[in-house]
Amino acid sequence: MLGQRNDNNPSLELVCPAGTPAALKAAAEAGAHSIYCGLRNETNARNFPGLNFSEKELNAGVRLAHRHGSHVLVAVNTFARAGDTHIWKRAVDAVAASGADAIIAADIAVLDYAKEKHPDLRLHLSVQAAAATPESISFYQDTFGVQRVVLPRVMSVEEIAKLNKEITVETEVFVFGGLCVMTEGRCALSSYATGKSPNLTGVCSPPGDVSYDEEGSNLYARLGGFTIDGFGEGETAGYPTLCKGRFKAEGETSYLFEDPVSLNAASLLPRLKKAGVTACKIEGRQRGKAYISQVVKAFRTAVDALDAGGNAEEEVSAMLSAMTEGGRETTGAYKKIWR
Amino acid sequence: MSKIELSIGPNFFNWSNEKLVDFYARIADEAPVERVYIGEVICGKRMPFNDKVWPEIYDRLSNAGKTVVFSTIALPVTVRDRKSINALSADSELVEANDIASVHKRSGQPFVGGPFLNIYNEQTAKVLMNLGMETFCPPVELPLTSVEAIAQALPDLTIELFAFGRLPLAVSGRCYHARAHKLHKDNCQFICDRDLDGMDVTTLDDQKFLSANGIQTLSHSVQAITLGRDELLTKGIGRLRLSPHNIDMIAIAEIYRDLVAGNIESAEAEARLQAQPLPGALANGYVTGKPGHLWQAD
Repeated sequence: MLGQRNDNNPSLELVCPAGTPAALKAAAEAGAHSIYCGLRNETNARNFPGLNFSEKELNAGVRLAHRHGSHVLVAVNTFARAGDTHIWKRAVDAVAASGADAIIAADIAVLDYAKEKHPDLRLHLSVQAAAATPESISFYQDTFGVQRVVLPRVMSVEEIAKLNKEITVETEVFVFGGLCVMTEGRCALSSYATGKSPNLTGVCSPPGDVSYDEEGSNLYARLGGFTIDGFGEGETAGYPTLCKGRFKAEGETSYLFEDPVSLNAASLLPRLKKAGVTACKIEGRQRGKAYISQVVKAFRTAVDALDAGGNAEEEVSAMLSAMTEGGRETTGAYKKIWR
Repeated sequence: MSKIELSIGPNFFNWSNEKLVDFYARIADEAPVERVYIGEVICGKRMPFNDKVWPEIYDRLSNAGKTVVFSTIALPVTVRDRKSINALSADSELVEANDIASVHKRSGQPFVGGPFLNIYNEQTAKVLMNLGMETFCPPVELPLTSVEAIAQALPDLTIELFAFGRLPLAVSGRCYHARAHKLHKDNCQFICDRDLDGMDVTTLDDQKFLSANGIQTLSHSVQAITLGRDELLTKGIGRLRLSPHNIDMIAIAEIYRDLVAGNIESAEAEARLQAQPLPGALANGYVTGKPGHLWQAD
């Protein structure tokens, strides 16, 4: 059962993404302790075309994962649209029927429904709920019986350690992949530019609103008509994720919010474990099965080495460097200097 | 409710104590609003400074007959932030919860659900009403169709629309004022006090886009909901919120007072708003579920 891994053995649980049945299989075979996924609609926060699971695929995915000894956590973690909450309720029912091990939710309406209708279904609080203090976490624990909270990516390791001493629910933290700079679930930047709210539709900086425009020798990447970044000849053009763009402020042009980096906290695993974290999460439900397989293997190596009292940092770093394709990385808010 | 009230929302910016005291004294004496939200909602580091003047400001507004509501911080992180929420929320006075921690600490006493809470539907609003929510200021990106659905489902809930001001779009663990000045949050020198309406953030091709205010990101544009009185009543709106800026907020409040009293039509309200020295162009796209920066009149 989920969570017991931590009771008997203070070992980190590795929570891995699956955007497709093929990725789920790859994650299970690569040694994921838990795999998270979502249904193919607006009820989950990675609602991209070609991704996610039909109810039938979810049922099959849960069976496959369980055969490999992996748990399945299903994200129903967008906020239900007023007047249409039945879509989200239906998703909760489907998760319960699939035999999945837990549901990951952020909306109070979804948590409330899950608690009332499926009291035996384990509830995890999504990062989209942005609960970062003992008081806010207690609210979800006392009101809905939440057993685990996925922490917002705004906290340092020291703060996580302190938090874990004050709460009795498990904590899960992101260790690899995409990095939200703004507090998750509390960011309307993408909807300001495009009209589509990530909180409601599950898509940030949606591809349909992106354009690449050549002007002279420059290429501009735009979102909803706003220039998010520009590239000269020979520069690799990146995707215009709003908070990773180049802007002007105080007379200077810079990546004001965040550089186009991704999170890699592999080197911090020992400290996160010591801080009382139950589970480490890899971002990337949009990734292919080869990527998932490699990243899961790397982190499983790291976790197993920690269990054995050792450290596989160099080996893991080499395994991961192939996956980041020379892209830049950060340990994000885990180190206070980030702020 | 057949009358639409007005409120002054909490100030987001790092204004000096002197400016805060003067600002609220004028609001107390001259602004035709029923309700005023006070308190620091953006950055806990500003609290040791402005904490000194809130009691005086509270008394000034309260003596002028305003309903005064303490707003709690949107993104509590430090022990100080948490203590502030706990102390305010335990108080018998009305508070605005901008983080779920505050809801928990209210223990059923009445509260306002602020725009930083994620309340997107009638079921979430209902659960929070059962816990004491008496007024709901929806997240700014929530389209009016959704607001209306919530109002219809919960007729006893007062809906307060974010009607005027730069849109609060995001909060972060990182301080962008500090970052723009090559400082860190822990050693920020309170540099956000230079920008009384936020720091302009423009695109590479010089389009006005966003505005940074410490850990907060706002729109560059200024939201202006100028629906007429009857339309607001039909949609179940009970109050309009005007967010403070470094302009003549009395003049802004007077425009909205005329609008909600039915003295003027939307077009006149818009023309009078346009005549004010606003920090950005008018916008109201979110109202109809469009990009928030758009101005439908265009």
